[in-house]
Amino acid sequence: MKYDLVLVRFGEIVIKGRNRNRFETMLLTQIKAAFRDMPALEFIRSYARTYIRLNGESYEKVANKLKDIFGIMSFSPVVASELELEAIRDHSLKLIRGLKKAPATFKVSVNRGWKQFPHNSPEMNHLIGSHVLRHTPDLKVDVHSPDVELKIDIQRDYAYVYCEAVKGAGGFPLGMNGKAMLLLSGGIDSPVAGWMAMRKGLKIEAVHFHSYPFTSEQAKDKVVALAKRLAYYGGKIKLHLVPFTEIQTKLVQSGHDNLIITLMRRSMLRIAEKLAEQNGALAIVTGDSLGQVASQTLGSMNVIGRVASLPLLRPLVMVDKQDIIDYAERIGTYETSILPFEDCCTLFVPKSPAINPNLNVVEKAEAVLGAELHRLIDEAVQATEVVVLKENGESDNESSARKEEEAWF
Amino acid sequence: MPAVVVDTMSDLMRLHYANAASMHRSGSEAMRLAEKARSSVAERMGCSPGEVVFTSGGTESNNLAIKGTLDNIARASKHLVVSAVEHASVYECARQLESRGVELTILPVDGEGRVDPADVERAIKKETALVSVMHVNNETGTVQPIREIGAIVQKYPHVKFHVDGVQAIGKVPFDWRSSGVDLYAGSAHKFGGPKGAGFLLVKEGIELAPLLSGGNQEEGRRSGTLNVPAVVAMSQALRLTMENRDARRVRMYAMRRRLLELIADIPELRTNGISSGDANVERDAAPHVVNVSYPGMRPEVMIHMLEQNGILVSTQSACSSKSLKPSRVLLAMGLGADRASASIRISFGDEHTMEDVETLGDKLKTVVKQLKPLERIQG
Repeated sequence: MKYDLVLVRFGEIVIKGRNRNRFETMLLTQIKAAFRDMPALEFIRSYARTYIRLNGESYEKVANKLKDIFGIMSFSPVVASELELEAIRDHSLKLIRGLKKAPATFKVSVNRGWKQFPHNSPEMNHLIGSHVLRHTPDLKVDVHSPDVELKIDIQRDYAYVYCEAVKGAGGFPLGMNGKAMLLLSGGIDSPVAGWMAMRKGLKIEAVHFHSYPFTSEQAKDKVVALAKRLAYYGGKIKLHLVPFTEIQTKLVQSGHDNLIITLMRRSMLRIAEKLAEQNGALAIVTGDSLGQVASQTLGSMNVIGRVASLPLLRPLVMVDKQDIIDYAERIGTYETSILPFEDCCTLFVPKSPAINPNLNVVEKAEAVLGAELHRLIDEAVQATEVVVLKENGESDNESSARKEEEAWF
Repeated sequence: MPAVVVDTMSDLMRLHYANAASMHRSGSEAMRLAEKARSSVAERMGCSPGEVVFTSGGTESNNLAIKGTLDNIARASKHLVVSAVEHASVYECARQLESRGVELTILPVDGEGRVDPADVERAIKKETALVSVMHVNNETGTVQPIREIGAIVQKYPHVKFHVDGVQAIGKVPFDWRSSGVDLYAGSAHKFGGPKGAGFLLVKEGIELAPLLSGGNQEEGRRSGTLNVPAVVAMSQALRLTMENRDARRVRMYAMRRRLLELIADIPELRTNGISSGDANVERDAAPHVVNVSYPGMRPEVMIHMLEQNGILVSTQSACSSKSLKPSRVLLAMGLGADRASASIRISFGDEHTMEDVETLGDKLKTVVKQLKPLERIQG
């Protein structure tokens, strides 16, 4: 099936009153940016929707990108038909036949925007519907809840015919709701949390804690790969790589073996909050899922979360592990996440970590370290390395080394 | 081997000597390059990177596919189906398993060397573990109907389908995802890569018993330190060969057609396999192989004569060419011993031109004329 246009419907933003114009402009800009490498496309803006004129580009290629752009509710491939009854009938039948899953019921909705067209809408409904019915055995009309609604929009230039509606990613245009820091560990959950945050219109900067030489370079590469995948959805991702070795070894030596994870997580939050302040982010997103591990029990969340005053957003807090995995597979982070490199939390894991840490004990343990801990935290923030990652791109220092490589592949 | 591939290989040997399985930075760099090569191979073959297992070449890939499948099955009764014209690395592997108690069915072929898909279906039973049919025959160039066979095997979920694709890559189109093939073997030196490198494509979800015990490289499927320079060079060679595949086919079929005409002019010579240059028929033959017999003449005499004229051809398959036995492949096609033990295999590469074909035709004519008085009809 060859299509001429794609009709893109905007999502929740439609309801946003006076801000609607700003939001729609934002979304359209992002859609255009996503198709920078397809200059033949034309974008025609309309109320709460936009049309993309394909001009010969492949619909599949366009659809493949559209489905991942946040703020889009759904989209439909459209055929532009000559303004003749026979042509419109032909295209209608072809569209119905071209559906992957043959519908059992359908209805026709005609909108005659151009009133000079000889047949009015009710007439057209009948003329098209009867033609499709006659040529499609086993298909019935159901005007209340049809499997497929065949829509025909008659305009001055063409009649636009479509029936398939592909579900979009939904949510809000990226960045519409501000910015947050994402704690990105390298596991399965945090990239999904990041994707969910972005879907709801948050711009994300990722924060990763590494403990070289206790963690390997591969662990870092893995996080870079995950951040790059998130950059596919989020344009560019700023990744903050925080050296955590000193804090971690200090905490390990403090003698509170079963509280080590709690203590580490608290320090990480403090660092993340400082980075958030520096970068104008108003929340911290984590992949916490209630009860999944010792640091994600309600007791642990309470004791850990207390150190942060910014909102802690936990998109996965009530989501089951299997569902998280399904999301990870869908957004393309799962394969990377399950690579076997340790992150700094999986090292030094005590045999029996506290699932219900005592706030007093934790605060006392930190008090013993006193100013030393705060100094180390400040130093870690100071020494944080920042890389800006693009989906397919390389960070700057990588790219020169990769130049010579190109000849090898 | 294209010069650029040789350069790649030597660059990598100099710059990335580290063991890809090492923890240190140069090790992980080497691993990164190997994984890049894996993605590149996957892209060219139309599979996913996780489906590519690097091996030492076609023989190992075929052995891994067959033994790995059979050894991974606990059932006492196992059944293996292979065609009569398989390469030795499949055929002998199957014979070896037979001697260990595996039940073996050998599928016949028709006069052009083709397996009948209906025979495959008849051979399948509930004990069957694997069907192995090659993509392109190395001696005759005959293309097997692997799509049809794939469609049949897919109907039996307990049966896996292995295809030896060594001769097909870069010469014959292949679509992994729609093929119904579970295991597909390739060898680098057949498409301009280095010797000692190859791959086996293993459909996601299939587990193989490894041939080698060791450090569990390649996700446990193939132990042994990864030959990173060879693997990268192979991926590059594969890209080059695939980029030119369609143009190569057009060129080589034209050369093949001309060569068949020239051979038809020499009454002493007989073409084995598909001898038609008709566009519809020649699609069943790979564009780069022509097999001819001079009944009554030992093939090595032909080979040496042609060699003196600067033309290199071989007998049977290079691997078994030192034996003077009649070709198993040609016998399976129903040819008599006189023809089956007198075959030479002519193959083209990218370096050959139409002019070379004309030269070859002339030389064949001269050589046959010179040898004519020496014919021995009894063979």
